[in-house]
Amino acid sequence: MHEFSITESMLSLALEKANEAKAGRITRINLVVGELSGIVSECVQFYFDAISKNTIAGGAELVFETKPTTVRCHKCNNVFTPGDHNWACPECHETGIDIISGRECYMESIEVE
Amino acid sequence: MSVKVITVGEDILGANEEKAKANKSRLDSHGVLTINIMSSPGAGKTSLILSSIKSLKEKARMAVIEGDVASSVDADKINEMGIPVVQINTAGGCHLDANMVESALNGLPLKETDLLFIENVGNLICPNAFTLGEDKRVMISSMPEGDDKPYKYPAMFADSDVVLLNKIDLQPYLDFNVDSFMKSVTGLNPDVILFPVSCKNGEGMEAWLNWLESAVKGKKKK
Ligand SMILES: Nc1nc2c(ncn2[C@@H]2O[C@H](COP(=O)(O)OP(=O)(O)O)[C@@H](O)[C@H]2O)c(=O)[nH]1
Ligand SMILES: [Mg+2]
Ligand SMILES: [Zn+2]
Repeated sequence: MHEFSITESMLSLALEKANEAKAGRITRINLVVGELSGIVSECVQFYFDAISKNTIAGGAELVFETKPTTVRCHKCNNVFTPGDHNWACPECHETGIDIISGRECYMESIEVE
Repeated sequence: MSVKVITVGEDILGANEEKAKANKSRLDSHGVLTINIMSSPGAGKTSLILSSIKSLKEKARMAVIEGDVASSVDADKINEMGIPVVQINTAGGCHLDANMVESALNGLPLKETDLLFIENVGNLICPNAFTLGEDKRVMISSMPEGDDKPYKYPAMFADSDVVLLNKIDLQPYLDFNVDSFMKSVTGLNPDVILFPVSCKNGEGMEAWLNWLESAVKGKKKK
């Protein structure tokens, strides 16, 4: 369900940009999705195929670039990818961190003809 | 025909953000403190709202937007207390979005409201990605869910202004390490305000209610 509303927003953003550029057809949509966004790309593709059918984006290929979760230690600034249950800094073993990537959910570009 | 690349570089949920901003300024203009309450199903969102209403009834004019899909039972209970409530039907959706909240606001007496509770859909994954126009994000994690939730849903904990650890009355029956929970939450979110509470026996509720009351006053002054 989450993916459905994401897909709707994504399609309308792509159509808006394609219209602005007076494009006839969208062939590819390049997306950047972080691990923490909880978005399942297969679901997005599934919904996309269904709702884009009668638009100029019908048949477009969705390309997902997945961003891993990375965090920065508050104490020593070390940047690392946390384990499933272990988010302590591997350098100094403190637990205070900022999430610096992994939340992404944006459209990088579209390819049109 | 030649292929052309159009750079977009925009957040996919940008339209929701815009709507949320509009909701926020509408609520601001009426001085309504708006609280977005998020948790997994059954953690205690409705219980928290009901008990907060009971305690603050003489002090603030309240209203509720009910987004939890279970039934209209929650909304009915709030209605019985004489509090304006709008139930949103998400049609099975897993979160509220700014659009749904916009229409719900049309059904509430905003001019006569100081404090608006929005009960989000019970879910720990996506409500977080959809801002609604709230002032504060309040997350409830309940003891039976276990002390390892923060690292399972890090973004949710990192983005909350307040985390309530609910159902502490059940601690004798559970293997819940409070210190380790607190440490993971503050590790993800050093500015978070943490309240261990029990909606059942009222333990810890005073600290939460004091926070809420002063947030309402702070909003009115602006
Ligand atoms: N033991 C205990 N039960 C609670 C507490 N708070 C809520 N509950 C119970 O948990 C269940 C779900 O609560 P509810 O408020 O409906 O959760 P919601 O789905 O998040 O709105 C109900 O049976 C409540 O009575 C608490 O502090 N202690
Ligand atoms: Mg509820
Ligand atoms: Zn470190």
